[in-house]
Amino acid sequence: MSATTVETGRLPVAKRSTLAKEFNDGRAMIGRNLIAYKRVPQLLVFSTIQPVIFVLMFTYVFGGAIKNSLPPGMNYVDYLMPGIFVQTVVFGSLAAGVGLATDLKSGLLERFASLPVTRSSVLVGRTGADATRNIFVVILMFIVGTIVGFRVHTNVFGLLASMALVVYFGYALSWIFATLGLAVKDPETAQAAAFPLLAPLVFASVAFVPATSMPGWLQPWANNQPVSSVVLATRALVNGGPTAHYVFWALFWCTVVLVIFVPLGVRTYRRAI
Amino acid sequence: MPTTAVRVSGLTKRFGEVQALAGIDFEIPEGTIFGLLGPNGAGKTTAVRILATVHKPDAGSAEVLGYDVVKDPNEVRMRIGLAGQYAAVDPNLTGRENLRLMGRLAQVEPSYIPPRADELLRSFDLVDAGDRPVRTYSGGMRRRLDVAASLVQKPPVLFLDEPTTGLDLQSRQALWNTIRTLVHEGTTVILTTQYLEEADQLADDLVVIDHGKIIAQGTAGELKRNLGGTVIELTMGEDTDVDRAVSLVGAVTGSEPERQGALLRMPSPDGSHLLTQMLRRLDDEGVQPTAVALREPSLDDVFLALTGHAAEEEQASENGQGNGKPKGRRNRRAS
Repeated sequence: MSATTVETGRLPVAKRSTLAKEFNDGRAMIGRNLIAYKRVPQLLVFSTIQPVIFVLMFTYVFGGAIKNSLPPGMNYVDYLMPGIFVQTVVFGSLAAGVGLATDLKSGLLERFASLPVTRSSVLVGRTGADATRNIFVVILMFIVGTIVGFRVHTNVFGLLASMALVVYFGYALSWIFATLGLAVKDPETAQAAAFPLLAPLVFASVAFVPATSMPGWLQPWANNQPVSSVVLATRALVNGGPTAHYVFWALFWCTVVLVIFVPLGVRTYRRAI
Repeated sequence: MPTTAVRVSGLTKRFGEVQALAGIDFEIPEGTIFGLLGPNGAGKTTAVRILATVHKPDAGSAEVLGYDVVKDPNEVRMRIGLAGQYAAVDPNLTGRENLRLMGRLAQVEPSYIPPRADELLRSFDLVDAGDRPVRTYSGGMRRRLDVAASLVQKPPVLFLDEPTTGLDLQSRQALWNTIRTLVHEGTTVILTTQYLEEADQLADDLVVIDHGKIIAQGTAGELKRNLGGTVIELTMGEDTDVDRAVSLVGAVTGSEPERQGALLRMPSPDGSHLLTQMLRRLDDEGVQPTAVALREPSLDDVFLALTGHAAEEEQASENGQGNGKPKGRRNRRAS
């Protein structure tokens, strides 16, 4: 790799094309955020231990009660696990907001703003690191699910497609919380503000229980909201049955979120520093 | 003729209700140390952030090594280093990883980065801590790493926003030496500080900023000379009526001295003569100072004379700089 001199004294600059520069910056930022998960494993607790407890609790405590409202012949754990995959990445997406608010408060974002870094790389680094983490967490949840009796009824491609969809959904949600974190500028506030947003999405959904057990006024929401759409698509991909319709709506929601929150996140980032 | 490293003209910036900068101008020759001096909220940090392309000015212009900070921010970013007010390093990375990250983001040719990181760890006395996560560092170590991180690319122009805040005396002096070495090698350093001693020690030229405006400009020596020859300090005993002493001294000098507890202080172009008169008058009235001093004026005195308040006292307009972010970690030196 050749280097060019900018100014006397300054260390030589790596010669990179715009694309190579974006790649360098994004990778550096993703790497930095991933190291945090390695150094501070507690950060992973929320996105791993908690879903494991959910799996055990729903399977062994509520499972018996919920089983009666399931389609006949369906195992509750097979019904539950796709919901758990999605729930895991939904709560995990909070990390983007908390992380960016922390970086803002610590002055790191100010420092990055004074460096010749691709502007979007801070956000790409954050959301990209969380997507990488989600791949790991979803695989872990699959293993936990398998231990308690979860079985894929389609094939390995269905499984991989479902995991990819779940990770994509988590990535889209990361942009919502990235925007939120940069707007509130405080890690604790970002965390506190996120839960009221997430609870109706995760719990008033078909992730853990079928909508038929809910009051009539809640059912349209529970059947069609984004988390449910992704859960239904994931379920179809691993449990079988009609798939295309559900996958379409799941991808639709992910794309809507990205189309709105990528530009909004970048704008909020520019204003936050 | 030395070339100009930084040129600032008519710079203004407002954050909501707060006029952080109300039109400032200065030029900094290459290879010098320039001091921006002023209390909290004076606008120093805003000026630095604009020069470092973090904020955009509302009006006016600023150039760094000939590049406009608004039109060519990336050219500017290739040539500067910034150590802001916070120890802006990643607590989860080790010291070495932080330095390497900054080198990478500063687009330094990869083969130069690891040796440069090692070199900085050595010169900032962080070799033993180099492979420990920064969250285990003390405040002083973090601050040193922060300054080191601004130097990875060997920037021709370096901005240090209150770099020695929170450092002990030894680290402070070590950093001063590092700054002097950098300047000797041709770096231009722009330094903001509330510590007048620091500006006095380091800065070739300085501006004093208060409420977003430059209220004085020159070398430390010039500023002191403008103030007059000497400063008289009288310390009153515990049982003395200090108010009475103030009025007695005021009657001799024609203006009230500045009072800090039991300490009376006044600039004087003709120190020894005035001091004799003062002591005679106080003695006539039976007032005995416990300590008497006649000294060269410090920048503290200059600051006080210019602004009517001491440099390090807490300002009501604390949120004047930055955009309302908390100014937590700043510890002030007790005066």
